Amino acid sequence: MTRRESLQTIALLASFVVAGYAAVRLLAGNPIGIGAWFASSAIIHDLVLFPLYAGLDAVLVLLLRRHPTWATVGGVAWLNHLRVPAAVSGLLLLVWSPLILRLPTAFHAASGLSAQPLLPRWLAVTAVLFGLSLATLLARIATKRR
Amino acid sequence: MLGRWAHWTAGHSPPGPFRARFWRSPLRGPWFTAVLSVVLLPGITLMFLTGLASYAAYDPNLAPVNDTTPDKGLLGSWLPAWPAGPWWLYWVTQGVHVILGLVLIPVVLAKLWSVLPKLFEWPPARSVAHLLDRASLLLLVGGAVFELVTGVMNIQYYYAWPFVFYQAHYYGAWVFIAAFVVHVAFRLGRMVSALRSRSLIRELRTPLSATRAEPPDPDRLVSPDPAAPTISRRGALGMVALSSLALLMLSVGQTIGGRARSTALLAPRGQDLGTGPNDFQVNKTAAMAGIVPVDDSWRLQLHGTVSRSLSRAKLLALPQHTARLPIACVEGWSTGIQTWTGVRLTDLADLAGAAPGDRLLVESLQRGGFSAATLSPGQVRTPDALLALQVNGADLSLDHGFPARIVVPALPGVHNTKWVTRLTFSAG
Repeated sequence: MTRRESLQTIALLASFVVAGYAAVRLLAGNPIGIGAWFASSAIIHDLVLFPLYAGLDAVLVLLLRRHPTWATVGGVAWLNHLRVPAAVSGLLLLVWSPLILRLPTAFHAASGLSAQPLLPRWLAVTAVLFGLSLATLLARIATKRR
Repeated sequence: MLGRWAHWTAGHSPPGPFRARFWRSPLRGPWFTAVLSVVLLPGITLMFLTGLASYAAYDPNLAPVNDTTPDKGLLGSWLPAWPAGPWWLYWVTQGVHVILGLVLIPVVLAKLWSVLPKLFEWPPARSVAHLLDRASLLLLVGGAVFELVTGVMNIQYYYAWPFVFYQAHYYGAWVFIAAFVVHVAFRLGRMVSALRSRSLIRELRTPLSATRAEPPDPDRLVSPDPAAPTISRRGALGMVALSSLALLMLSVGQTIGGRARSTALLAPRGQDLGTGPNDFQVNKTAAMAGIVPVDDSWRLQLHGTVSRSLSRAKLLALPQHTARLPIACVEGWSTGIQTWTGVRLTDLADLAGAAPGDRLLVESLQRGGFSAATLSPGQVRTPDALLALQVNGADLSLDHGFPARIVVPALPGVHNTKWVTRLTFSAG
C-alpha cells in the first residue's frame, strides 16, 4: 500500500464509523424498508434511468446514422433541437411527477389546493420548450440560407 | 488473496458494460466530470449546512416536544439554540435548502452519467483500499439520491415510503456527508488538475464540428473508442444548466410569495388564492387537523406563576401589536409577508407572572403531529412574537388558526402553532 492508499483507507474507515452511527439510527424504524429504499437510490440512475434515456437516444442516433439525409433540415442538424426540450421537459416530469400524476392524496387535505392544474401546466411548459427550440431551428435555417 | 483473485478476474471481464469499449460517448472525461463537481462541491456543502439549520430551527435541544429525531446522539445534541431573528432567517435558509436541492438535481444526474463506466469497473476490487473506496461510493451515490428523492417527494406530500421523513432525511444526510467528506478530500486534487487541463472559455467557443474526446486519463473515464460526437461539450453542459434554470424559475416563486407566486407553475404552492385578507397558503387545513368551528366558549388557558383564563374579547382588549412577517414552511414555500395583529407574547408572559428566562409550551386544539411546541425565552421576549388574533386587518380564518395562533420571527411554519388552547410558561 502506498502512503496515500493507507491514508485513504484510514479516512474511509473513519467515515464508515460516522456513517454506521447514522445508519443505525436511519434503519431503526424499518431496517428492510429503509435499506431497500437506500439501495434502490444507489442504482436507480445507473440501472433504470440511464438505460431508458440512453436507449431512446441511441435508437434516434442510430436511425440518423443509417439515413444521413434525415439528419438535417434546410442544411441544419435538428437532433439537438429535439434532445434539449425533451430532456428539460422529461426532467420536470421526473421531479414533479407525484403532483402531475395526482398521486399524493394528502396534498388536497393538507393544503386545500387541487393538483389538477399541474398536468396542463406541465404540458404547456413542454409546448413552450419545443416551440422555442423549433423557433431557434428555423432561425438557424434562415441565417444559413442568407 | 484479493490480489490474486483480482489478477485472475482482470483477464476474464464479462461482456457488455464491463468492457471499456462498451462506453463510447466522446464527452466523458475528467474535465467534463470536474466541471460538474466544481458546481456540486459548494452546492452540496450549502445543502448540508442549510439542512442542519433546518433541523436546528425546530430547537430540538430545547424540549423533547420539539425533537423529531430524539435518538440523534452526537449527530446534533451540540446544535445551538435557534435565534428569534433576523425575521427572514428561516425563510432564506429553508428556501435555499429546497430550491437549491431542486436546482442541483440535473447536475447530480449529469455527474452520475459522466462517471457511469466506473460502476462496471473490472475487476470489481483491485485491493482492500479499492474495495473500501467503492463501498464508500455506494453510500455517496445512494445517500445523494436518497436525500433528493425523499426531499422531492416530501414537498409534494407523497409519503409513499415505509418510514418517517424527518428521521430518514436527517440520518440519511449524515450517512451521505460522511462519504462525501472523504470523497472530496481524496479527489479534490484530481478535480483541480482536470479543470486546469482545458480552458472553459475555449470549450464554450468549441462547436460540435470541433469537439474531440479528452486525452486518455488514468481513471479511464475517457472512452478508448469514442464515437463521433452528436453534441458539443458546451451543448451538453448547456442542457444541464437549462434544466437547472427551468427547475429554479418554475419553483422559486412559491418561496418568494406575493406576485412572484404565479411564476411557480410546477411547484406545489404556485397557485394564487386571491386578494382577501385570509387568501394565502395554508399548511394544514382545519378539516385535516380535526378542528371543529370554535365558538364564544373558547378560552385561552394561560399558566405561569398565576393561571388565567382569557376569552378572545379579553385578548382583543389587551394592548395590540402589529408585525409584518412571512411564515416559511419546511417544504420551502412561504406565505409571503402578511400583517399580523395580536397580543405580544412578552405581555402574556408578564400577565402570567413568568420570569424573563422562562420558556413557553404552546398547545393546540389540533390532533396529530405538531400539536405542541416549546418556544425559547429569546423567542418569547422578541418584540414581534405574537399570539395573533387578526391578519391583514381581519379576524383569522379557521384554516389560519382562529381563534388565535402563534407568529414568531424566523420560526419554522409548523411551530407557528394554530388554534392555540393553552400557553404554559416555565423555567424548563
